[in-house]
Amino acid sequence: MVEITEGCALAGLPPMVRLVVQGRVAALDAAAASLGLEAPPPMLRVASGIGGSALRLGPFELLILPTWEARAGLDAALAPVPHSLVEVSDRNVGFLLEGARAADILAGLCPLDFALSSFPVGMVTRTLLDKADAMVWRTDAHSFHVEVWRSFGPYVEAQLREVAKGISFSLLTV
Amino acid sequence: MLLIDCPYCGPRAEIEFAYGGEAHIARPAADVSEAEWSAFLYLRDNTKGVLAERWRHSHGCGRFFNALRDTRTDQFHAFYEIGMPRPDVRDAV
Ligand SMILES: [Zn+2]
Repeated sequence: MVEITEGCALAGLPPMVRLVVQGRVAALDAAAASLGLEAPPPMLRVASGIGGSALRLGPFELLILPTWEARAGLDAALAPVPHSLVEVSDRNVGFLLEGARAADILAGLCPLDFALSSFPVGMVTRTLLDKADAMVWRTDAHSFHVEVWRSFGPYVEAQLREVAKGISFSLLTV
Repeated sequence: MLLIDCPYCGPRAEIEFAYGGEAHIARPAADVSEAEWSAFLYLRDNTKGVLAERWRHSHGCGRFFNALRDTRTDQFHAFYEIGMPRPDVRDAV
């Protein structure tokens, strides 16, 4: 973790397995069951089971972050139902943004309301961070898992640092 | 900036969306006349008033949906899923 301003640290996340499942209710149900979940999470919510996490990014779409052991079971669980299962592990890079000012830094790049009441813990969505498509997942009150396509990584990291610099400046002058 | 209410994600800023033109235009069968095909491709109502139009939440859930927007005021009157009938909204400024 690198502190980018007082009250916020940024870290690159290690490589992880990422899969996109697209399909109707039966496919999303099967994918959720293979992770040990009772049902897929509702829109814009994350559910985690023993087999990993399912992130509901669209009405017919889940991003799955499976444990290594659960990865193989997913193909078998989905085989009987029409679906699309695409591995995107290397397409994305992940960042961890943590600290009391983390939400303020995201708000500097995105018009979403990051107040805890409107963007609670366990909420996830795709949105724009400045000009780049990004996924924002609130994993804790003061911590966010941010993902962008790999080629946008350096740009988004630079933008996060730029906003943090502005916050540092205002901390000095207040 | 317009506030657009995606039927799947709720209200979001306009920058997350892509405009998709007039809604409820059915694609004709492939064997129609060239005149009918060109009408399908190019002829639109250019409505002054409440227009049904397609939007796509391209930087969000990725889904297409329909909206009723007054072209005179930019005021939205309804948002509804693709395949649903056009809601009954009177022309009102
Ligand atoms: Zn949406």
